[in-house]
Amino acid sequence: MSEDIRIGVFICHCGHNIGGFVDVPAVTEYAKTLPGVVFATHNLYTCADDGLRCIKDNIKEHNLNRVIVASCTPRTHAPLFQGACQEAGLNKYLFTFVNIREHCSWVHMKEKENATKKAKDLVKMGVARAALLAPQQESRVPVEPSSLVIGGGVAGMTAAVSLADKGFQVTLVEKENELGGMVLILYNLYDGGGDPMAMLKPLVEKVQSHPNIRVMLKSRMTALDGYVGNFRATVQRTDGSQELQLTVGTIIVATGAIDLMPEGLYGYDLYDNVLNLTEFELLCKKKELPKLKSVAFIQCAGSRGQKVSYCSRICCTVALKGAMKIIDNHEELMGRQVVDGKEQVVEKIRVEEKAAEDIADRRRRRRRMDEEREERPAAAAAPADGGVEVTVFNRGITTYGVDHELYYNKAREKRVRFVRFTPERIPVVGREGDKLTVTYWHETLKTERKLQVDMVVLSTPQMAQPDSRELSQMLKVPLGQEGFFLEAHVKLRPVDFATDGIFVCGTAHGPADITESVEQAEAAASRASIPMMRGYVQAEALTSTVNSDLCTGCRTCEFTCPYSAIAVDPKTQKAVVTDVLCKGCGTCAAGCPRGAITMRHYTSQQIEAEIKAFAECREA
Amino acid sequence: MSTEEVKPKGPGAAVAEGRVLVIGGGVAGIQASLDLADAGAQVYLVEKSPSIGGWMAFLDKTFPTNDCSICILAPKMADCFGHPNINVLTSSKVIGVKGEAGKFTVTILRKSRFIDEEKCTGCLECVEKCPTKVPNEFEFGLGIRKAIYIPFMQAVPRVVSIDREHCIKLTKDKCGVCEKTCKRGAVDYEMKDQEAEIKVQAIIVAIGFEPWDPTTSREYGYGRYPNVYTAIEFERIINASGPTGGHIQRRSDGQRPRKIAYIQCVGSRNPAVGHPYCCSVCCMHSTKEAMLAREHHDDMESTIFYKDMRTFGKGFNEYMERAKRDYGVRYVNSDATVEENKDNHNPIVVYDVAGKSEREEFDMVVLANTLIPRASSQELAQVLGIPLTEFSFFKSKDRILHPTDTSRDGIFLAGYCAGPADIPECVAQGSAAASRAMDIITHHSAKGAHAAKETHATKEASA
Repeated sequence: MSEDIRIGVFICHCGHNIGGFVDVPAVTEYAKTLPGVVFATHNLYTCADDGLRCIKDNIKEHNLNRVIVASCTPRTHAPLFQGACQEAGLNKYLFTFVNIREHCSWVHMKEKENATKKAKDLVKMGVARAALLAPQQESRVPVEPSSLVIGGGVAGMTAAVSLADKGFQVTLVEKENELGGMVLILYNLYDGGGDPMAMLKPLVEKVQSHPNIRVMLKSRMTALDGYVGNFRATVQRTDGSQELQLTVGTIIVATGAIDLMPEGLYGYDLYDNVLNLTEFELLCKKKELPKLKSVAFIQCAGSRGQKVSYCSRICCTVALKGAMKIIDNHEELMGRQVVDGKEQVVEKIRVEEKAAEDIADRRRRRRRMDEEREERPAAAAAPADGGVEVTVFNRGITTYGVDHELYYNKAREKRVRFVRFTPERIPVVGREGDKLTVTYWHETLKTERKLQVDMVVLSTPQMAQPDSRELSQMLKVPLGQEGFFLEAHVKLRPVDFATDGIFVCGTAHGPADITESVEQAEAAASRASIPMMRGYVQAEALTSTVNSDLCTGCRTCEFTCPYSAIAVDPKTQKAVVTDVLCKGCGTCAAGCPRGAITMRHYTSQQIEAEIKAFAECREA
Repeated sequence: MSTEEVKPKGPGAAVAEGRVLVIGGGVAGIQASLDLADAGAQVYLVEKSPSIGGWMAFLDKTFPTNDCSICILAPKMADCFGHPNINVLTSSKVIGVKGEAGKFTVTILRKSRFIDEEKCTGCLECVEKCPTKVPNEFEFGLGIRKAIYIPFMQAVPRVVSIDREHCIKLTKDKCGVCEKTCKRGAVDYEMKDQEAEIKVQAIIVAIGFEPWDPTTSREYGYGRYPNVYTAIEFERIINASGPTGGHIQRRSDGQRPRKIAYIQCVGSRNPAVGHPYCCSVCCMHSTKEAMLAREHHDDMESTIFYKDMRTFGKGFNEYMERAKRDYGVRYVNSDATVEENKDNHNPIVVYDVAGKSEREEFDMVVLANTLIPRASSQELAQVLGIPLTEFSFFKSKDRILHPTDTSRDGIFLAGYCAGPADIPECVAQGSAAASRAMDIITHHSAKGAHAAKETHATKEASA
């Protein structure tokens, strides 16, 4: 090789994380003996300001043309060290990462000697690879100053207005025929937040009248290709009547959540007067509550290990809101009917009858049940002659922060009763005569108790939208275990996806209240603005290249590429890569039967050199 | 960056002319700064301590992934400091704000470090030679530092400061060792505090919180019983870069504990001490600390005394279940107070189970003391002309639909200073406040352009 290889190795203690289990000075001394290495040192934190300066200074001082950092993970730290190389005038692809933390010290905490040996091996492999690295260049792609926002709830509308106010063209797609999302079903907002419709109205009006926003109701995205700066989306009316092609620079996912139908839990499908939180809210909104004397809320119905593993964050506050609304206002919220010329309060919730049409419809739709339902006996209610007793069965009340917690205090002042249960002994809902009963275990008295109630409200969790998977596949972004959209980093990138140009906010990301959804929506708008304000993004440099002489046009690569980035040109019968689409995953290179495809920065020679170095370590 | 300059067009052009002040260099302020700077605006990030990073820089790991806190934050701190559009002003505070949205004039007091920031390389040779030792406030008194110091190992910028209260050169005109040691001539004992004036269109307030001092709540014995710790102290002693190098040791005898109790809601959900609210992070950080203690030592037994376990974030409840299942963490639903076994300084936790009072001896107690607004909030609120809530958090104009806006146009909120929030919420709020600041810039630039056009038209008409 004609080039004079001058490798610098920087080994990180990562405080105790590596230094506590690996003999870092010994690894440093070993690195100095490896071919091509002209400099090696170790730092307490290579990622800190002084560590980065150490890299830059030594690139200059020792005229390094390859740099290795042996530390943690390239996932979080590669850009930082690459940046340092770049600042010292070295192409960032002449940098290579060796992970001696996750791959070594953290998994060998109890075998310091072996950990040190393995760290040496890893460094040796890195050095072998570094010698063969070549500089790479990134290209720039222009960004369309427009956005597609999917979902017309509070989060989606807030994001749309924010982007539109900044001067970007926004298309807001909502699958229902009305903007507003979950807020539409609310009777009131907690803690004097007022009428949800009064809150919603100005926002909806702003969205509808904004010159930079186009609203598409009863529509959904049906296809997507392209990439950040240049997405091409197909939006279709849900009835298939209209189709529209859009080119947008960025996409915000704000598809919201749905509520759990607690089937099989607490008599939900056995007794009429057992509802979930959403149904209760709808009844209040329609003023169709039955006569109530005693009401039970059961928290964590379906969540925290029952049907889903998570805590749904806001249902405690929502239940308290319900409890207080019953105590303060139940007279006003009761349904009335005229019987024999006299007005009477309805005795029961008529889920399957006309009066509560919405709920019945909802249940039917959600259960997708066509068969005739069995006529169920009604649960009678006690006369409403005074106060209503409300009991909240809970596994701890999750009213975090200031407002939620003060609201909880208010509920206690209003004499809402709180009874705690454990997942081992959950309350049982039954019926005795015309009354519902809740049988529960009294933790302090160590005895079983029974409470007669007129209505049971189950505090059910927010759930991921059923069509999230389809959408996530279209967007090529991941879902978490529970089906909500999974952000790029749980701590530091809460509204980003790993895929550039796509962002998430609101309950599509996980359970959240309105304030939190709005914050995330503004945040997503900020993140989406960045490439659009700049007007360009830098494309990936590590793409695949095709050796046309070897390519036979068999199309294996075309079939295996998950990003549609490589295809055989019908004229030349040779594979061609679209650089900006290529994510550098290497699937095509691995699949090519002729070995005609090479990954930049991960060539066969480079990988073989690493493997050979590893084999030498084993022999030695 | 090696990329060539490209002049943005359209909406980006206005923001590229924008200037924003961010007050507070914690994770919320850093995120707000990075978003604005990446979008093209010029940012002044004012931080009162000598380093950016905020509280996150002091934590050992972060829930619910147990990611090393400083490891994920350090790259952001470095990005922020190195960003061509961000001007980081450490050891500084905002002392005056005049004007209105779109044209604020801000006066900043830059406290002297007695060090030329451009010259100091952070080699720390001066620190080694400095003869004056003082309790390290950045380790909450658990360690010592010198009178010339960096606040913590990963500080950004890595520039030393001289502590004017303890340096014997500055107080008694003796010593002068650091000046002699410094090969770069960075030490300047004559350096004065300076006032700077900047003009910005928008201001973001992200000054964070401070832990509440539980000394006054005598029932926990903090300050009287040596082996009772606050949560942030515990974060430092399990941290590899902390004062004990990551060894969990008792204050009384240096022995490592085998049995640790964590007490929740210390000073929070307690109207008697003025904090009826929930700090919203303690359930999770205590769970994390119990898990980490077990990771340090296989035989560690941890018990968490709680009122309600609030595991409401993404992956939080699963995290607690994992703590119970895989780390043997015991959760006891009870209020708890602390007494002490005088013979061995073991704290004794007194609690109730099923109406019966129990006493249990532990080797160490960690208090989940609440996090409260900074004492300086009051003063800053006055300078900025914006209101606080009854608990001294900065007050939102509209809690529901505009949580980051304040009653004063052009001033926005992010992070814990506006109410309890965990790290991802602070980050989201940082971005959200940045978005609102961009709106102010866009709005005033459009107004400016409109005005300019009108002036132009008037001129043409008169000509």
